Amino acid sequence: MNRDQKKQSTGEPDLKRRAFLQVSLAASGALIVGVGWSGLAMAGEGAGQTWAPNLYVRIQPDGRVVIVSKNPEAGQGVKTAFPMVVAEHLEVDWKNVEVEQAPLDDRYGRQAIGGSRGTPDGWDDLRIAGAGALFLLKQTAALQWTVGVDELTAQAGVISHPPSGRSAPFADFLDGAAEMPVPEVSMLKLKTRPEQFGLLGKFVPGVDNPAIIHGKPLFGCDVRRDRMLYAQYVKCPSAGGKVRSANLDAIAKQNGITHAFVVEGSDNLSGLAPGVAIVGNTWWAVNAARDALEVDWQIVQSDSSGEYANAAARLAAEAGETQRHDGDVEKALEAADTVVEASYYYPFVSHANLEPQVATALYHESGKLEMWAPSQNPRGARRLIAETLDIPPDNIDIQLTRIGGGFGRRLRHDYMVEAAWIARVVKRPVQLQWTREDDMKNGFSRPAAWHHFKAGLGSDGRMSAFDHHFVTFGRDGSTVSGASLSPGHYPAGLVPNFRLRQSLIECNVRTGPWRSPGHSAYCWAYQSFFDEVALAAERDQLAFRLDLLSKAYGEPPLDLERTAGTLHKAAEAAGWGRDPGANRGLGMAFHFDHGSFVSHVAQVKADGNRVKVEKVWSGVDCGPVINLSGARNQVEGAIVDALSTAQLELTFDGGAIEQSNFHDYMLATIDQAPEVEVHFIQSDFPPMGLGEPPIAPATPAIANAVFAATGVRIREQPWRRANIVI
Amino acid sequence: MSKVTLKVNGEERMVEVTSETPLLWALRDTLNLVGTKYGCGIGLCGSCTVLLDGEPVRSCTMPAEGLEGMEITTIEGFHPEGGHPVQRAWNEEDVAQCGYCQGGQILSAAALLDKNPDPDDQAIDQAMTGNICRCGTYPRIRKAVKLAAHYKAEQGGES
Repeated sequence: MNRDQKKQSTGEPDLKRRAFLQVSLAASGALIVGVGWSGLAMAGEGAGQTWAPNLYVRIQPDGRVVIVSKNPEAGQGVKTAFPMVVAEHLEVDWKNVEVEQAPLDDRYGRQAIGGSRGTPDGWDDLRIAGAGALFLLKQTAALQWTVGVDELTAQAGVISHPPSGRSAPFADFLDGAAEMPVPEVSMLKLKTRPEQFGLLGKFVPGVDNPAIIHGKPLFGCDVRRDRMLYAQYVKCPSAGGKVRSANLDAIAKQNGITHAFVVEGSDNLSGLAPGVAIVGNTWWAVNAARDALEVDWQIVQSDSSGEYANAAARLAAEAGETQRHDGDVEKALEAADTVVEASYYYPFVSHANLEPQVATALYHESGKLEMWAPSQNPRGARRLIAETLDIPPDNIDIQLTRIGGGFGRRLRHDYMVEAAWIARVVKRPVQLQWTREDDMKNGFSRPAAWHHFKAGLGSDGRMSAFDHHFVTFGRDGSTVSGASLSPGHYPAGLVPNFRLRQSLIECNVRTGPWRSPGHSAYCWAYQSFFDEVALAAERDQLAFRLDLLSKAYGEPPLDLERTAGTLHKAAEAAGWGRDPGANRGLGMAFHFDHGSFVSHVAQVKADGNRVKVEKVWSGVDCGPVINLSGARNQVEGAIVDALSTAQLELTFDGGAIEQSNFHDYMLATIDQAPEVEVHFIQSDFPPMGLGEPPIAPATPAIANAVFAATGVRIREQPWRRANIVI
Repeated sequence: MSKVTLKVNGEERMVEVTSETPLLWALRDTLNLVGTKYGCGIGLCGSCTVLLDGEPVRSCTMPAEGLEGMEITTIEGFHPEGGHPVQRAWNEEDVAQCGYCQGGQILSAAALLDKNPDPDDQAIDQAMTGNICRCGTYPRIRKAVKLAAHYKAEQGGES
């Protein structure tokens, strides 16, 4: 069921139908078109404004079209993909399109990267903006030429009237279009099907490429202001620790140091933690001075990986709290022909953005705060800063720099509130640049978990029962951020008897959402276990999975047909069923998260315990592809990310992360990366995001291929625990 | 503090640094050449790659003081008009995701092609293994290096 069908069937009011256009003429003669919202969507922040366009298109008299990109760009490709949608509907030549990065501005509505929501959220607005502007231009041309609007065509920024042979560029109609009554959205022709597209679905290089290949300033750390100072902020390695005292006088005397002071901070682990700020004329001077810093920390917690493991072992034997129970699992397991049992474990991991956290701030005497920072959710950052510094949100301006890797880390804004606080003290522009060690030790880790599975097999080779005990992390009785698992997750709904039980280990360290939160971790456990069950059933992996996807018990946990479609696609591309050759193996996995369906087949070659991932074939259904380059890039990168992350772990001792830099948390390098071949299933479902969905099934597809090649079933991450080396 | 004259992107530039100051921070904080990026500070990620007399080096662990008289090329000074085969290929293959590492990747790739005009996957992997891309654009880096080799051959090896 697609989104629109769902809305109709549930009778939910369709807010998009209340979208409206606003048009005006700039002093420069440019036609400005925006899409606004009426009704509920205006009730949040930004309400009360007379006009709330959530994007702008500016058609200039010189023929150029400027499209404002409202969302932050972290490499997910939105800064190129969104303008493509507008250009497609406006019928302008892509080479005449320029893209401007918007600052945080309430008039734009949602400006965030998370949950792969950019594409589905933006799709309607972008199409309305482009098609609405074209509608007005055509109406104007029809009036000026006294011809029927239906006789007009538009292409590459030119309106033509084929019967008379007349044609003229958009620029000729800008004044008139600004005076036209704006159309109802229902009057616009919005493209929905891939065969209607001209630009969409093509391979379009990123709009920031020229800046990137020349090293032009784009990123948070590239910001430079007159009289700018540089800062580091030293926090207790054990999360939440407070400063008792520090040798500030000694630090202040170091070369190039202008300020050294203690910040009391708060208990909010996602906010302004207690620490010591060191500020100076160059970052290196600050870094050198930091070597002399001595702090007496008051430690408030001492979580350790050893204690976590002990607690996990203890809890595994307990019943846990039942989250869902369909049928009667225990009875079904007793009745099963075969029972397969296995446990899986994955550790805490880091986001490890290549650009360590950075933010630049300038606090004006007037009380206004200017900031430049990489943020996945600048509105959230502004709220945190306003609350912490006790200043009105309206006094805070945030410019969005290109983000040197997001992956969920920059949904937390500790580095921004730290920079803001320091800026208010030093009263000069200041750039807070974390060290790699700061970044590794103060991350919001993806939580570890233990999964204990039991599956019952019937004589028909299908699972009759699935019993799952999920041991995860919590605080005050609830899962901590990034540690939850939906009771609706498959194989719930795909087996007649299903039970999910949950146990919580007390957790006092920082955790958070990590690219495709949860899915990117537990999909590996599920899909590896399915491999084990299929083997026990003596069934082909593809046949077993397709059979699993052939029948739902109650509400299906995912669209069975679309999921199976991606599995078929990947299997067909990989030549599933062939003999891959000596010491080689093929493995597969399917998954659905954040609106898109992805299956992978991986081929690995083993040399003893050393494994090379040779190639991955992907079947992807994210609706119509907007930018073929961006979409493929997300799939390729996610596969590398999955392989990389499966080799890594963070461990805790005394409440502190033990790893500190790439020598003990080494990301994958190019020699480990497979070739990737991506196949998209083009459909007219609404387009969905792709920043997250390809990662989850990549880990198990590769792990299952490792089993096929080596006979080693990886049940623990990092994979070196299973003596597998990538 | 001592005064050091560095030859950066063909220009003599004077910087005042301590004896330990790495080239990276002299470039970024003193010369305002921010294209060279900080990633790890221990020479393991390659974000800070610059060319030193044409060889890719990690500027985060190399004191600026010892580099007088050597030719330092940063990404800003590497064919600013964009005509280099590697830059052209990097754009056309649309290598970048976040883009943070790509300046370093481009300089490493250019140095590889200077030595080996037609590298295979293994040679590419070997030369590029010191440049981490957290976004995982490695499959595209391989393609772009090969495309750049093709463009370079078309130009008769001049670049």
